[in-house]
Amino acid sequence: MRRIAEGKAGGVAPGQECFIIGGGEGVVVHAVVFYVFAAIAIAGAVQVISARNPVHSVLFLVLVFFNAAGLFLLLGAEFLAMILVIVYVGAVAVLFLFVVMMLDINTLRLREGFLQYLPLGGLVGVILLAELTAVIGGWVFVPDVEEALQTGGTAAMSGITNTEALGRVLYTDYVYLFQASGLVLLVAMVGSIMLTLRTRPDVRRQIIARQLERTKANSLKVRKVPTGGGV
Amino acid sequence: MLDIGLGHYLTVGAVLFTLGVFGLFLNRKNVIIILMSVELMLLAININMVAFSAFLQDLTGQVFTMFILTVAAAEAAIGLAIVVVFFRNRGTIATEEINQMKG
Repeated sequence: MRRIAEGKAGGVAPGQECFIIGGGEGVVVHAVVFYVFAAIAIAGAVQVISARNPVHSVLFLVLVFFNAAGLFLLLGAEFLAMILVIVYVGAVAVLFLFVVMMLDINTLRLREGFLQYLPLGGLVGVILLAELTAVIGGWVFVPDVEEALQTGGTAAMSGITNTEALGRVLYTDYVYLFQASGLVLLVAMVGSIMLTLRTRPDVRRQIIARQLERTKANSLKVRKVPTGGGV
Repeated sequence: MLDIGLGHYLTVGAVLFTLGVFGLFLNRKNVIIILMSVELMLLAININMVAFSAFLQDLTGQVFTMFILTVAAAEAAIGLAIVVVFFRNRGTIATEEINQMKG
């Protein structure tokens, strides 16, 4: 448990540079930054699900992702924070924005019955939150978690950056999973292209193969026209 | 209060997850907002994963967070493609009108 207790200062491996390590004032800074990120993330999430305009929802989702990236930074997971900003804010949220703006949706009609499911949703939400709070309030590490981690887990390496440590683990222990996730992305790409591809029969387009296979024999016919007989 | 521990991060994750579930109920007519709620729930899971990874000094959680991000991105791409195709065919994305396969 000692190692876990040491990890309390933001989960930074010993020897890794971090501004939290001085104690005293650093703890206050860490707490303030954490509360700011967490509060903005939760407020943004509330706006995501309650905004009238879907475009605003997407923009608040971007805000939530940015603040979650800040939380990841506080936890010492810099690489994932950058991935979150690049992949989520840069790609997924923009994809959402494209789709929301591309489709001509009647948002007023979609909001009909917005309050109809509020009691049921509120009930489910309150029950879920109570359960999760009970779990968070009552959990303890199993006594032998440290030995289990030392034998079966992937210990965080000190002295190298988070990105390098992740890379060392990802390309060795998890290389098959890494390739499999690449396959998942490939299938997603092929699938979404297949779904949205539209071949329009009324559009005339150039087919080079058919142009090239035309020969004089199959495209030109010479007829002898008798005088006065017509074609 | 000032000593930020694992419980604080888990609480943020729990609140975000609950907001995601709540969003599913609240906006159950708009498919795009439902997809966004799912993204919120996956983000909450990721926060939990990274928090445990940092506090247990174990990188496995961060590796799996990357895989969750991959699957979430693939899910968003496929889901939005289906939404676009459905809108092209039917002119609406209201969930109560998506019942052609009901039989």
